[in-house]
Amino acid sequence: MVSTTAEVIYQRPESFTDVHTHYCPGCTHGTAHRLVAEVIDEMGLREKTIGVAPVGCSVFAYNYFNMDFVEAAHGRAPAMATGIKRVLPDNTVFTYQGDGDLASIGMAEIMHAAIRGENITVIFINNAIYGMTGGQMAPTTLPGMKTTSSPFGRDVETAGHPVRMAEILSTIDGSSYIVRRSLHNAANIRKSKKAIRLAFEAQERGLGFSMVELLSSCPTNWKLTAQEALDFVSDEMVPVFPLGDYKVSPTLASLKV
Amino acid sequence: MVKEFLKGNHAFAEAAIRAGVEAFYGYPITPSTEFLEHMARRLPSLGRAFVQAESEVAAINMVYGAACTGKRVMTASSSPGVSLMMEGISYIAGTEVPAVIVNIMRGGPGLGNIAPSQGDYYQMVKGGGHGDYFPIVLAPASVQEGIDSIALAFDLAEKYRSIVHVIVDGNMGQMMEPAELPPMREIPKEVPDWAVAGAKGRDANILTSIYIAPEDEEVTNLRLLKRWKEIEKNEVLFDEYLVDDAEILVIGFGTAGRVASSAIRDAREEGIKAGLLRPITLAPFPSQRLVELTKQVKRILVVEMNSGMMLDDIMKIVQGEIPIEFYGRMGGVTPLPDEILGEIKRVAANKEPGAEDPRDEWISRLEQLISGEK
Ligand SMILES: Cc1ncc(C[n+]2csc(CCOP(=O)(O)OP(=O)(O)O)c2C)c(N)n1
Ligand code: SF4
Repeated sequence: MVSTTAEVIYQRPESFTDVHTHYCPGCTHGTAHRLVAEVIDEMGLREKTIGVAPVGCSVFAYNYFNMDFVEAAHGRAPAMATGIKRVLPDNTVFTYQGDGDLASIGMAEIMHAAIRGENITVIFINNAIYGMTGGQMAPTTLPGMKTTSSPFGRDVETAGHPVRMAEILSTIDGSSYIVRRSLHNAANIRKSKKAIRLAFEAQERGLGFSMVELLSSCPTNWKLTAQEALDFVSDEMVPVFPLGDYKVSPTLASLKV
Repeated sequence: MVKEFLKGNHAFAEAAIRAGVEAFYGYPITPSTEFLEHMARRLPSLGRAFVQAESEVAAINMVYGAACTGKRVMTASSSPGVSLMMEGISYIAGTEVPAVIVNIMRGGPGLGNIAPSQGDYYQMVKGGGHGDYFPIVLAPASVQEGIDSIALAFDLAEKYRSIVHVIVDGNMGQMMEPAELPPMREIPKEVPDWAVAGAKGRDANILTSIYIAPEDEEVTNLRLLKRWKEIEKNEVLFDEYLVDDAEILVIGFGTAGRVASSAIRDAREEGIKAGLLRPITLAPFPSQRLVELTKQVKRILVVEMNSGMMLDDIMKIVQGEIPIEFYGRMGGVTPLPDEILGEIKRVAANKEPGAEDPRDEWISRLEQLISGEK
């Protein structure tokens, strides 16, 4: 007699709800969500995790994650996460924020969460644009890039240059793990997942503030096809936002995940 | 328990600790800073959370986060700081989580000054943040009443899942008075069923102020309104002094009400039948009691440390039934008992009150007074 066993190699993480997301086709928000959900599953954290959703396209992130969630005011997710983590230090607390949310209106909150060494994890989606409000310039918009509020292209003379959050946050003593990854292809998605894992490991080990910046696509507001948008990430964004490990606490450096 | 000599801000902060506050998030600002400093000294050794936030914006959003966990949480600030908190206050109201916010009010608008004022009446009582919501507002008039108000504020906040503002002017934050603190309350272990704490053995809890479909937001607005109606029915608090046979009713809250009560004592000695109605809850306002008193007294004198903000609410309730006059000091000036006594006497002698807006006559009297003081 021949016996066969089927091995499940791909399934919906328990940390994910069984609903379709509202994200546009080709948007990598969904990819980022899935990576976070997989990591939380693998680490067995779902029942003690509290997520903090931002204001931006991922405002409804709580509909897709199967875990306790709150929804912050625009840019204030790190403050809200601080408020939660300080009264529930044994819970896992993470924020999920876009670049307008984190690097513009919420610049003070993200900086000071890192400065205090808040033991939280931040997933930072850098898509170089304000997605939700219809494609205005973000602090991360590339020089010369056309958006609805920089219709002639971002003029660095008047609007400044794109801000590099991973580099900035890596200079802060309270940071334990600060890296930039990209979601533009399978190899980079795998690396992104590993980084998300390490960021949560940092929190579970009480090492302090951790952030993974993920270069992400917005085909809708970039007015590109899904594939063109992924190419834009690799060809245009990566040169401005170099991928890499900007700060890795020694405890994590030796960790094999 | 014995009475101790306590400074307002310290006493209020300690009262919050005794009432079981588990987190304080704040930012320094005169004249409320001692509140934060007391928390910084006391909370860590009790194993409770204290964070000096980077701004009042961050502080209130930290409060918002902790409020979502169902823990007792608060902040204390003063006028310009409370303005910055309005964003978070609106989100807290929209999410229907409990929080206590203390405002030690100072002179304004703008940077104003650090002297005692009641100029935030509108901002506090009418909401201040965006959207349809109704905060509960307590306005104690002594250190002891402040201590009691803090404990009450937490109970009300939790009972109604509401914002509770405790507002006092800078006098009360800074002054020292004998008062008694309550014993330390044990912190409850159970987590409210709506709170976020990790979805262990239950469905996920989601706390948000978004209702993207207008129909859903309307249902939420209606729920908040109906809850407010309950609060109006059940939670009105006020104090009275010598109103039984009063012909002139003085109405003032906080320090203004307290100064008025000394003036009323003196007026009685001069044979003037004056009495005091001092709202303790500015929201809900003791409207029903005011309507009753309107049938009894002949005249009303409203005394405030602002330009007549509560006056507007009182005029709406009294609806021209009896004449109302006004006396206010602004900008951080506290009226003296003699000034209010003079006003009571003037009202008693004034046979023809009649300006449509009681402020009109007051403005010229105040201008004279100010030029005389110079
Ligand atoms: C206080 C406040 N200001 C402005 C807005 C409007 N707004 C909503 S989302 C958004 C930008 C979001 O962009 P980003 O954070 O980059 O996220 P994305 O939508 O691209 O994922 C803005 C400006 C708001 N909701 N609240
Ligand atoms: S607008 Fe852009 S960021 Fe938002 S869901 Fe669509 S593609 Fe994604």
